[in-house]
Amino acid sequence: MIEILSVLGPASVQDLGRFDQYRFGVGTSGAMDDIALRAGNILLANDENAAGIEIPMTPFKLRFGRDMAFALTGADAGADIGGRAIPPWWRSQARAGDVLTLKAMTRGARSYLTVGGGVDVPLVLGSRSTQLRGELGGLHGRSLQPGDVLPCAAPDPSACIGELGTEPADIALARPNAPTDVTVVRVVIAGEYDMYDGAAQDLFWRSDWKVTPQSNRYGYRLQGAAVMPIAPIEKRSHGIVPGVVQIPPNGQPIIQMRDAQTSGGYPKIATVIAADLWRIGQTGLGGRLRFEQISYPDALAAQDEVSAYLDRLRVNVGRLGEFRKCR
Amino acid sequence: MTVPDRPRISLLGTTAILFEAPGTFDLSHQRRIWALAATASKWPGIREAIPGITNLMLTFETPPRAVDSLVSALSDGWNNAQGLAIEGREIALPVTYGGEIGASLQTVADYTGLSIDDIVSIHAAPLYTVFALGSHPGYCYLGGMDPRIAIPRRQTPLQRCEGGSVSIGGSQTGVSASPGPSGWHAIGHTSWTFFDPSWLTPAALAPGDTIRFKIDRVIR
Repeated sequence: MIEILSVLGPASVQDLGRFDQYRFGVGTSGAMDDIALRAGNILLANDENAAGIEIPMTPFKLRFGRDMAFALTGADAGADIGGRAIPPWWRSQARAGDVLTLKAMTRGARSYLTVGGGVDVPLVLGSRSTQLRGELGGLHGRSLQPGDVLPCAAPDPSACIGELGTEPADIALARPNAPTDVTVVRVVIAGEYDMYDGAAQDLFWRSDWKVTPQSNRYGYRLQGAAVMPIAPIEKRSHGIVPGVVQIPPNGQPIIQMRDAQTSGGYPKIATVIAADLWRIGQTGLGGRLRFEQISYPDALAAQDEVSAYLDRLRVNVGRLGEFRKCR
Repeated sequence: MTVPDRPRISLLGTTAILFEAPGTFDLSHQRRIWALAATASKWPGIREAIPGITNLMLTFETPPRAVDSLVSALSDGWNNAQGLAIEGREIALPVTYGGEIGASLQTVADYTGLSIDDIVSIHAAPLYTVFALGSHPGYCYLGGMDPRIAIPRRQTPLQRCEGGSVSIGGSQTGVSASPGPSGWHAIGHTSWTFFDPSWLTPAALAPGDTIRFKIDRVIR
């Protein structure tokens, strides 16, 4: 088990999400950076959907209740165990009683702690992800608090637990010529795109959108020059998914994220492709976002690139495991 | 309300596709949506078919390489859809109109030019049909509201709206099943359990069920 010692902000237990409960109004939840969670689980030879802890703020401190393998992926959070630095995107071995501290995030906005076998909270509606709105899943359907104790599944005894790192996704999947101070995310245009004139569309594409403090797992509320439709749009409520970019009447885009409502009626100008959602999850408050239009086939190709990165990681971890048969 | 004159089909990235039916927001169109949902949920590669208000979202198990055939299947499916009449159950919900939670009752009065008593009696008059579930766990979108009390959604959504809030957004009305953000105007509240993940079916109501609001109290 793991005991949470100190936590700032809404840290939560997340797996990849709950994908088939929309018809009951239950959204996906799941890791804001699904690639980091998958990578952590691959490093540990876990099921890729095993639950981990999503940590959006530092400092964060926990104690391992027994010997266990763990991995840290996602944001670089200055982690250490008793003064021993743990590099980002790294798996290591903890001893019973070890205290892991995440001191400060220097790159990215969310760190993921995965453990050998996974965090073993009960499955609710097919997932271990915390659904804050429905107060279900995760640990009692809520964010983690100091004193919380998380059960951990027994790890696969044959799994290799030697130290091992991997190339972070933000480096391996860096976009060519990407600016350093703006996160560029690719979008496919959505239903109401044509209800904005050329000038409004240009504003949407050319702006560097500021991530406001009202941004969280529900959605990212952006700030910039108002994008106004040709005429006011009032739609009937319809299904929406994480990544949908809505433009409420104030002209300030909202990107729906993992804890988003399952339906809405504000006009949709575009949808961030699934392959780039993690980039938003790693953009912190005050950060800047830019949208880049791509076609549906190119969006599928982008997803294939992500799969290829994870495949390479899987192969490398597998090979190393065979070589070392550690311990 | 922007009403399409022919079906609109659009992509939600590589995750889902949205079908929006033409025509009015009424039960006969919604019954065709229910029929289309029942058909489309069996198509290969479709994870879930989720009815909205005279529209339908299909989420992908695996995104199709090309969407042309899906677009035609949706158009044909809509043209051939016979209304699916669901005989649901009827529930009565006591509502406290106005008060702290229902403070937008005054906003609706100001916008429509109607008195508070008129709005309450107009809102509580119809037998509403659950058209669709969505937004948050257990939430029901209701059809049947009198258009005289329609009001556009908020310019900027609220960060938090109370659970049990009875709200109006555009020409729709509904009851929040739990606290959370909302772009609608709350005119009252009720206490009832709409959702419990431990139930065999986690949502208390399903499309085709009906709700009658009972005026418990009006706080002016």
